Amino acid sequence: MLHPITANHYLMLSAALLLIGTLGVLTRRNIVIVLMSIELILNAVNINLVTMARYWQNLQGQVFAIFVITVAVAEAAIGLGILIALFRNKETVQADEIDLLKW
Amino acid sequence: MLDTFFFYIFALLTLGGAIATITRRSAVHSALSLVVSLLGVAGLYLLQQAEFLFAVQIVLYIGGIMVLFLFVIMLVNLDEAGKQRQFNRQWLLGLLACLLVGAQMIWMLRGSGALRLPEAPAALSAAASGAISSAAGEGNVEQLADLLFRQYLLPFEVVSLLLLVAIVGSVMLAKKSS
Repeated sequence: MLHPITANHYLMLSAALLLIGTLGVLTRRNIVIVLMSIELILNAVNINLVTMARYWQNLQGQVFAIFVITVAVAEAAIGLGILIALFRNKETVQADEIDLLKW
Repeated sequence: MLDTFFFYIFALLTLGGAIATITRRSAVHSALSLVVSLLGVAGLYLLQQAEFLFAVQIVLYIGGIMVLFLFVIMLVNLDEAGKQRQFNRQWLLGLLACLLVGAQMIWMLRGSGALRLPEAPAALSAAASGAISSAAGEGNVEQLADLLFRQYLLPFEVVSLLLLVAIVGSVMLAKKSS
């Protein structure tokens, strides 16, 4: 027998997705995959917002989710632009090889 | 009942895709796994009566951002990167930190008790704007538009400005400097 789904299920799922995304940002060397992990994190936030919109029966959460998606798009476009400029100059996409600002 | 079934399917898609995204060696495989994960999230939006966000997720994320990612993966030569070490030397530390935070989150969610979701009503109300929607025929998109273009008009315009800046900025960054 399956239990009915509560908001906790969605919050757990969103927490798990957030942690997987964070793990990707922390551990991967490839910048493209780091950017993808950031998308995962933002998706986890959106799941949370939409769940709370349903829980409180209030659409504001979904409006916030739209704004989060818009900012994610802007972030991806800029991030990938920076990546292309970086690759043109340094010929690498590994995050730990880009250490010009390191002392 | 059916909700429960679909929730687990979409959760499996989401988490499986996410784990594959951060563990695959090839960036193209990662991007394709990310598509699976985003599809799962889109399904969860549909289960939560967020039909507009479901469409936006498919069109914008899977249609837009993923194509952008694949373009960049093709532009930037990643063959070399695929042969090298994929994880940082401090990966164990990162994993431990994530597990710690995860344990904390589980502990907090356990403490809150079960938050029962209300049984699917025909429409969510735009309660904050004071107008509890009465029309039964109003769908998710109409209500969202009402809220977005009345109460959140200024943030909406600011976000459109942000997008403009992002377009100009990414063109400037990516173009060859002469």
